[in-house]
Amino acid sequence: MSIETVEVTGGTAARTRTGPFLSLVKALGRGWLRDRSQVFFTLLLPLMFMVLLASVFGSTDDAASRLIVVGDAQVFADAEPGDFAISEQSDLETALDAMRDGDADAVVVVEGSGAGTVVRIYPSATSATAGSIAEEKITSYVNGQNLEILSLVAGEEPPLITEVEAADGGSLKPIQYLAPGILAWGIAISGVFGAAGTIVDWKRDKLLRRLRLTPASVRTFLGAKVSVMLAVALGQTAVFLAVAALGFGLELSAWTWFAAPLVLLGTLAFLAIGVVIGGIAQTSPAAAGLSNLVTMPMAFVSGAFYPLALSPEWVQWISYASPMRYLNEALQSVVVYGEPPSAVLPQIGFLAAFAAVVALFSWKTFKFDEL
Amino acid sequence: MDAAIEVADLRKTYRGRRTGEVRAVDGVSFRVERGEFFGILGPNGAGKTTTLEIVEGLRKPDSGTVRLLGRSPWPHSPELTGRLGVQLQASAFFEFLTAREQIETFAELYGAGKARAAEMLEIVGLAEHANMRCEKLSGGQQQRLSIACALVGDPELVFLDEPTAALDPQARRNLWDLMRSINAEGRTVVLTTHYMEEAEALCDRVAIMDAGKIRAIDSPAGFVRGLDAPTRVTVAAGQLTGERVQELAAGEAVAASEAAVVFETRDPRKLLTALASDGALEGLSVRTANLEDVFLHVTGREWRG
Repeated sequence: MSIETVEVTGGTAARTRTGPFLSLVKALGRGWLRDRSQVFFTLLLPLMFMVLLASVFGSTDDAASRLIVVGDAQVFADAEPGDFAISEQSDLETALDAMRDGDADAVVVVEGSGAGTVVRIYPSATSATAGSIAEEKITSYVNGQNLEILSLVAGEEPPLITEVEAADGGSLKPIQYLAPGILAWGIAISGVFGAAGTIVDWKRDKLLRRLRLTPASVRTFLGAKVSVMLAVALGQTAVFLAVAALGFGLELSAWTWFAAPLVLLGTLAFLAIGVVIGGIAQTSPAAAGLSNLVTMPMAFVSGAFYPLALSPEWVQWISYASPMRYLNEALQSVVVYGEPPSAVLPQIGFLAAFAAVVALFSWKTFKFDEL
Repeated sequence: MDAAIEVADLRKTYRGRRTGEVRAVDGVSFRVERGEFFGILGPNGAGKTTTLEIVEGLRKPDSGTVRLLGRSPWPHSPELTGRLGVQLQASAFFEFLTAREQIETFAELYGAGKARAAEMLEIVGLAEHANMRCEKLSGGQQQRLSIACALVGDPELVFLDEPTAALDPQARRNLWDLMRSINAEGRTVVLTTHYMEEAEALCDRVAIMDAGKIRAIDSPAGFVRGLDAPTRVTVAAGQLTGERVQELAAGEAVAASEAAVVFETRDPRKLLTALASDGALEGLSVRTANLEDVFLHVTGREWRG
């Protein structure tokens, strides 16, 4: 970036000059900070999504399953203290009604006692996830009990035993896979909306046209604008990761700092998309609508909100064309799994290529006369 | 010394999908001397703004040449733009900045300091609104700030594109005073306007533009003289006998109604002296030809600005 300086003759001798580039960065940065809707959109919206998604995916995991037992609750006497929260009820219908109101995750009917006892499970259909978790826990508890009984009977013959170990070097709490995805999405929306909105603004207020007639070059101005947007992306990343780590227990790896260059590269790719949209749209609502049209589906096919591995195959195929997928993957690798930057070179390569191709396309098709 | 502006045979055609070919600028030539206050007058859509944008270097003409202060405005050169001051039709401001921050940013772009920025705010009468956000300023205040931003680099040549459009009469008069003083400091000023009285009040010379062409260039007074139109002198009826009316008319046109007598004369001084000595000055009004008449004469169309 070259910064032109201009010699002015006959002016006052002592003046404090910061130079065109820095003064433009200052002006644009100030404008950004004072725009409350921008600040909300960039910082708070991704955090709100994290809170929402974390509670959707994460809340039922650790909590005890709430059971209503009809019959002899002594069956659960050997259960671990945190596994079940048990209340008793003599009537099945009343118990089922209570569960429908959300007061329980499963109703359990215990028929008989001692050998030959039948434990009948009615998992909740109202909150299906909690219901199936409860079902699974009860089944595995009953199996455990059976195992003990069988080992006593079988004597020397040892039964098969399963043991569950957490993979990926530790337990992967929902926040660990949610945070990189939501961050990638947050970077995408501020890049796309930011660039598209800015260009539509310039079409309206002719600021760029005015600045073309000052001694500072357009390149200086565009450089300042992009610098501010990159700085915003870094700030957004820092705030997001800090909140995720301190408030939601996201465990940051030693390579987390490498999120910075990834986010910068991703921002460039999303800015390029925003420039294309800004070239098409003529009004702010049109720019916002088109930006949504691009970023929303992209989030769903990129594993930002929902793990790609659980998505249908066609979604996985589409995701290969989405820059958000690669940003998400790369962030997950370095921030969550602690892999070194060399492990995410393919993702970096794709993001760089994507940014270059889209930037070239927008440069070639952009109607500069409209600015 | 080079002229401030030399423009030769500019042409620019727009091809719209729906509008077809529009010749926005169709063979425009003019020359502006240094220190001159030059006006481009025409109705909306006459091609004033496009002409100005080509001259400033914002648009490339299809053909024709432009010299500003002896150089081409294309490609962009900081040496030239540093000597120009530009106020565009829309007020182009950085969003969410105060008036002071706005002009200080522009000052920095022109290599001027904060002192000069403060001085300009003072000159355009915005010193007490310095800490107000630009979007909260009134229309007239925004235009003055925009002009202050144009002047902060101490330019030799100033372009003002319809600065008084959409302002109330009071704010318009305030801006007139400001524009006069800019010119009085020795700067060349080019103003586009669709207000007749504005061009008459401010400009040394006026180019009348219509449908992409310059129809005539002259000083406002020269235009009116060239029209050779009679002055219309009106007095209230009942002060003069019919005989005396015919005598004062001296063979020129006169119309008498129940309310007023209207003389059309080439020698208003003689007529007015005679009316004064008759003591027949009640309801007197004198209307000379103005640019509106000139426009009608030059383009053959009524002014519809």
